[in-house]
Amino acid sequence: MTDLARLSAADLAAALTAGETSSVEVTQAQLDRIHAVDGAVHAFLHVDDEGALAQAKAADERRTAGTDVSELLGVPIAVKDIATTKGLPTTAGSKILEGWIPPYDATLVARLRAAGLPILGKTNMDEFAMGSSTEHSAYGPSHNPWDLDRIPGGSGGGSSAAVAAFETPLAIGTDTGGSIRQPGAVTGTVGVKPTYGGVSRYGLVALASSLDQAGPVTRTVLDAALLHDVIGGHDPLDSTSIDRQWPSMAAAARAADITGLRVGVVKELGGEGYQAGVRRRFDESVQLLVEAGAEVVEVSCPHFELAFAAYYLILPSEASSNLAKFDAMRYGLRVAPAGVAAPSAEQVMAATRQAGFGDEVKRRIILGTFALSSGYYDAYYGSAQKVRTLIQRDFSAAFEKVDVLVSPTAPTTAFRLGEKVDDPIAMYLNDIATIPANLAGVPGMSLPSGLADENELPTGFQILAPALEDHRLYTVGSALEAMLVERWGGPLLDRAPALEVSG
Amino acid sequence: MTATASPALVAFDDAIARFDPVLGLEVHVELNTASKMFCGCAAVFGAEPNTQTCPVCLGLPGALPVVNETAVESAIRIGLALNCEIATWCRFARKNYFYPDMPKNFQTSQYDEPIAFNGYTEIDVDGEVFRVEIERAHMEEDTGKSLHVGGATGRIHGASHSLVDYNRAGIPLIEVVTKPIEGAGKLAPVVARAYVAHLRVLLSGLGVSDVRMDQGSLRCDVNLSLRASADAPYGTRSETKNLNSLRSVERAVRYEVSRQAALLDSGERVVQETRHWHEDTGITTAGREKSDAEDYRYFPEPDLVPIAPDRAWVAQLQATLPEPLAERRTRLQTVWEFSDLEMRDVLGAGAMLLIEQTVAAGASPTAAKKWWLSELARRANDAGTTLEELSITPAQVAGVQALVDTGRVNDKLAREVLEGVLAGEGEPADVVSARGLEVVSDDGALTAAVDRAIAHNPEVAAKIRDGKAAAAGALIGAVMKELRGQADAARVRELIVEKLG
Ligand SMILES: [Zn+2]
Repeated sequence: MTDLARLSAADLAAALTAGETSSVEVTQAQLDRIHAVDGAVHAFLHVDDEGALAQAKAADERRTAGTDVSELLGVPIAVKDIATTKGLPTTAGSKILEGWIPPYDATLVARLRAAGLPILGKTNMDEFAMGSSTEHSAYGPSHNPWDLDRIPGGSGGGSSAAVAAFETPLAIGTDTGGSIRQPGAVTGTVGVKPTYGGVSRYGLVALASSLDQAGPVTRTVLDAALLHDVIGGHDPLDSTSIDRQWPSMAAAARAADITGLRVGVVKELGGEGYQAGVRRRFDESVQLLVEAGAEVVEVSCPHFELAFAAYYLILPSEASSNLAKFDAMRYGLRVAPAGVAAPSAEQVMAATRQAGFGDEVKRRIILGTFALSSGYYDAYYGSAQKVRTLIQRDFSAAFEKVDVLVSPTAPTTAFRLGEKVDDPIAMYLNDIATIPANLAGVPGMSLPSGLADENELPTGFQILAPALEDHRLYTVGSALEAMLVERWGGPLLDRAPALEVSG
Repeated sequence: MTATASPALVAFDDAIARFDPVLGLEVHVELNTASKMFCGCAAVFGAEPNTQTCPVCLGLPGALPVVNETAVESAIRIGLALNCEIATWCRFARKNYFYPDMPKNFQTSQYDEPIAFNGYTEIDVDGEVFRVEIERAHMEEDTGKSLHVGGATGRIHGASHSLVDYNRAGIPLIEVVTKPIEGAGKLAPVVARAYVAHLRVLLSGLGVSDVRMDQGSLRCDVNLSLRASADAPYGTRSETKNLNSLRSVERAVRYEVSRQAALLDSGERVVQETRHWHEDTGITTAGREKSDAEDYRYFPEPDLVPIAPDRAWVAQLQATLPEPLAERRTRLQTVWEFSDLEMRDVLGAGAMLLIEQTVAAGASPTAAKKWWLSELARRANDAGTTLEELSITPAQVAGVQALVDTGRVNDKLAREVLEGVLAGEGEPADVVSARGLEVVSDDGALTAAVDRAIAHNPEVAAKIRDGKAAAAGALIGAVMKELRGQADAARVRELIVEKLG
């Protein structure tokens, strides 16, 4: 019998359409897998067996009735714990939101429900999406299924680990500086950050409003495209959501013809500081694109070198303001200050924020508060916004010469848990190749390019497209994926070690 | 704070003889849009606490704002009515500070890119035109409303706990800020009051706000500083917050002039701080000191896209503005057939708008003027409040006059009806029935009372029979007394003449 948990979303959808299985059966198989391996992986913060099975049953009924049959109807999904889910806990990986049950669904969650995708649970993440390893989760780190002693990337390491460990075929991630793509790279999965404004931010606990973007986390490029089609599109509740008709991403993934495609290798992303195995797999993938008929040139984006500094001013600035609402007044944690008989509201706020936020969150709030303070605003936030404009110009100039840009997704393969947790700068540098896309609002994808020779761990290949041209990612990504899978003789994840099954 | 004894106040006239006051007025206007500034919640005043809320105005994690287009339209119309330039492109900004009644701990406001700027308006001060320059009018959201329980007079000091009503959180506000107002001299208190009164009429004419100072839909902060002379640099200013009546505005300016003059006279300095006005004692006390430490860390609101009002739209809004106030004054005076002197009285009492609304509700201009400028003016004065703060609406005043016009009450009873309405006993008709104020015009009851009056006053009756008609007054008085004033006096006289004539 086929192991349902190992099928892609597209294959599950086909099996459901053919009547070979039911959503209840598929959902149960995923829940069984979660209960068997998540003790070791810790991808989930909350698993909703009952709710998922009820939604699966409803999906099966919809299919029987023949009404509202969406392409992914009945295919289960996991949602990063940053998206509000009505009636399900939402913590954003923080103690300060422990026990909070949102009274409303994020728009993308509402779209998942409307399309009939049973929600298995909520996935782990670095607190408020600040991190590249999930080690900053207040609920403990997730583990990389390729090597449980290693990080699954971050902040969306729960989603990438869940997908890589076959706990779910689909997951939702959010990407502020690489939080979808970098976890994808280090776990051998696919992650897409859509164009800013392509997927509604309504209901996503905000980290940096001008950078945050939600997107798919999957095992195949086609699955990501199918999920993108479900969650994308205009939302009147998000003023920054783009009001336009988007082409089908799934159709773009299925087309997969790259003859004559102009590909630019970003000179500034991939040189010094990139692990040899990462670069070797990257070069091979570029060679495959050439063999498939693409024209490859090197492109320089000189201001990308400033991206990192600008990002670490803009992000903390916006975050310091976005996180001000966590004050114990209306929801979440409330801590009374020790030794104060009748504390004032301000004292309760301070004590709660002291106890409820982790060190990394405090570090960034302090940075951002400083960067926005009067007298420093122009030098810090103001200059960072100018750099942002320069980076956007670099992208515009590059996209006049080429259709897509490519680079390694992350400079290294998965590092060991604990290895960088005390070195913020080393941790931040994981996002060096992914940050420019967020600053410019352009879409990006990471897909697996193989295993590094030195440690047999996955490496990621990043594709960047102009704003609104997300479909190009899928066309290029699925073409490359097909060639790589053929070369590997099967999906990369088939080579991941089998996880010990408990229970 | 250490309690250093403040020097005794300097009498206002003495102070103004030696110092030149500079005013600045910041007026917050709550718009009367159906929904809030950034969400779809109803924006109705007086609903049960926390019944008009949603994830957006409660600042729940993940919620995002969407701009209310009607509020933008109102802001532009206000800007145009104040002769401002309208921004071709502007943004919202976050004003960051922690306060329990502010759900996000930042207020979505505008900072260096207001929707309207650089305007002026001409106000009437004792019959003279005084020009006030407008710095800016910008959009923002209101905060929730805190209620401090257990302390004295609702203040946070000494309170055991606080309650917050978030119905007000997110109500659209327009903040209108003047440039420094110089040259008012001894008229500074009157200018301040006249400006706020003028804004109320102007905004009411635009139909964008209820402009009720008592309900907080129009709130005023007064900045005041003194300097040695009109060509000296500005002195340090104080900012007196949340003045909730026209009278308080005037009194607060007077008080601050006296207080600051006393400080300067004794060689002390004026502290730049916010001050609270105490209506009961008529003084201001120090609030927060505005130091450099107060830093709102403004930055452009990343959750909202910039606003770029279409020029054709702005032109259309300009074309459909109501008539300017000066023209409106002249027109109403003509329509109402008031003399210059009468109109001066009306404006002096700040009653033009009230009379206009009372006339619109059916009363004659003369009757409307009579009620507002005599009986109600007296009651407002007794209560130390202003006409618009009396708890009676123009429609209710018109209702009282209608009762008089239809003969259901006489003038004396009408005053009692007013009293009942002011005391919160309901609409005029309710007061009439509840207090049993309707005049007795039933001939049976009147005839019986007249008969009793004649029987009890035989000498008076005899005089009337002898043709001394003037003596009838004593009998009428007796009848009125018996019927507690609720008789139609003219009919009583008729009945007496019928019986004794
Ligand atoms: Zn609301």
